[in-house]
Amino acid sequence: MISRRAEPVRVLVTKLGLDGHDRGSRVVAAFLRDAGMEVIYTSPWQDVTAVVQLALQEDVDVVGVSSLATDHLLVPKLTEALAQAGLGHIRVVVGGIVPDEDESMLKRSGVSHVFHPGSTREEIVAEVDALARAARRERDGD
Amino acid sequence: MSQALSRTERIAALMNGDPAALARAISDVERQRPAARSTLEAIQPHLGRARVIGVTGVPGAGKSTLISRYVTELRRAGRRVGVVAVDPSSPISGGAVLGDRIRMAEHATDPGVFVRSLASRGHAGGLSPTATHVVDLMDAAGWDRIIVETVGAGQGEVDIADAADVRIVVSAPGLGDDVQALKAGILEIADVLVVNKADLAGADQTAAQLASMLALRAEHARDVSICKTTATTGQGVAELAVIVETRLAAGDSRRGCAAQRARRMVATAAGNLLTRELRELEAPWLQEICERLQRGQSDLESAARAVLRSAKLVDE
Ligand SMILES: Nc1nc2c(ncn2[C@@H]2O[C@H](COP(=O)(O)OP(=O)(O)OP(=O)(O)O)[C@@H](O)[C@H]2O)c(=O)[nH]1
Repeated sequence: MISRRAEPVRVLVTKLGLDGHDRGSRVVAAFLRDAGMEVIYTSPWQDVTAVVQLALQEDVDVVGVSSLATDHLLVPKLTEALAQAGLGHIRVVVGGIVPDEDESMLKRSGVSHVFHPGSTREEIVAEVDALARAARRERDGD
Repeated sequence: MSQALSRTERIAALMNGDPAALARAISDVERQRPAARSTLEAIQPHLGRARVIGVTGVPGAGKSTLISRYVTELRRAGRRVGVVAVDPSSPISGGAVLGDRIRMAEHATDPGVFVRSLASRGHAGGLSPTATHVVDLMDAAGWDRIIVETVGAGQGEVDIADAADVRIVVSAPGLGDDVQALKAGILEIADVLVVNKADLAGADQTAAQLASMLALRAEHARDVSICKTTATTGQGVAELAVIVETRLAAGDSRRGCAAQRARRMVATAAGNLLTRELRELEAPWLQEICERLQRGQSDLESAARAVLRSAKLVDE
């Protein structure tokens, strides 16, 4: 029988701020794809307004922000801007080098999960998938 | 916010140009949710204001860079621009990395530009089955120039002929067998042939080669424009925009009436689905038909007819 496929999760993988290294996010984008997700991949140095417009137009379920330096400090601005744009259902995750004290600050600002160096592919895929499905349920109300 | 809206309210928001409503309607269509059907029905009377420009071509020719520049021209002319960027899905995982946004960064904060990336979902690099619906949704939402970008590999790009008013095929010098890479099918759909990377040596030759290839098919020659651009600097892009607008103004539209278009699209989509299914189907009756063909007991046409008689392939 010709069955309909399950609908792929949509994830935006991006970077904020000045840190231009994007090798890590490329690797993540590739393995999320290999896990069956549709990954919108952007250039580094996206500002918050750009990320919000992009997340809205692309109707993503999860925004993943990669941060190697201090760029994660911009993430609370992002979660706030998403909520203001009516996109509060979108789950935001951060990957990279994030000190413990910053992590609790991020969580308080609405970040769903922080992936530290050493997180395995499997962990990342499972977590992103679960968050995406929760986001979609919340938005669609079913 | 959006949960609170009823279906009718959402359709009204969509037609008022609310980008969130558009984004969501596109997802409904992509996910084949029941809401999609009523939305597509409701917008039917409001379609046809937008003009659709298809862009395809040799991988690496600079399509995305060119489109970004072209969007700048359209914005300068006061157009609201929708972009539908189709990238291939991985045949193995079904996932995709949709990277066309990288070259569209300069429009990332412009509310007059709406970009949506679609995965081709098994449709050999061409138009995803929902791309034409996405175009219709953007049309209904008041986007007046809609650019559909597809990767130029496989047979899919021919489908773009059904969805676009003007078709741009992009090539560039130095892509190996460059002109040969523009396979017959893709040349036939072109209204405008762009030789991008005009800053590189060999651009003139590429343009000359294309012109002579066009001359060779003089019997069914359509009037095809050739132009050279350098997408990285923007050189030639204003001229390209003028060429497209001139064609649009001349009513150069093969998009056809909605009914014809629907017919062609249904035929293509049903054919693709059937092909995919028959390649994978394990069924004794199908095996029998194939064996008869192998033994020379039937010809291909009769075998195909037998398949269509026996196949009741879709449930629900
Ligand atoms: N020299 C030169 N390089 C260009 C020009 N236009 C694009 N490029 C470069 O060509 C490369 C491919 O550009 P893209 O815009 O990604 O090309 P594309 O056709 O969309 O590529 P695919 O997505 O791989 O099909 C990039 O490195 C661009 O910077 C041009 O006019 N001249």
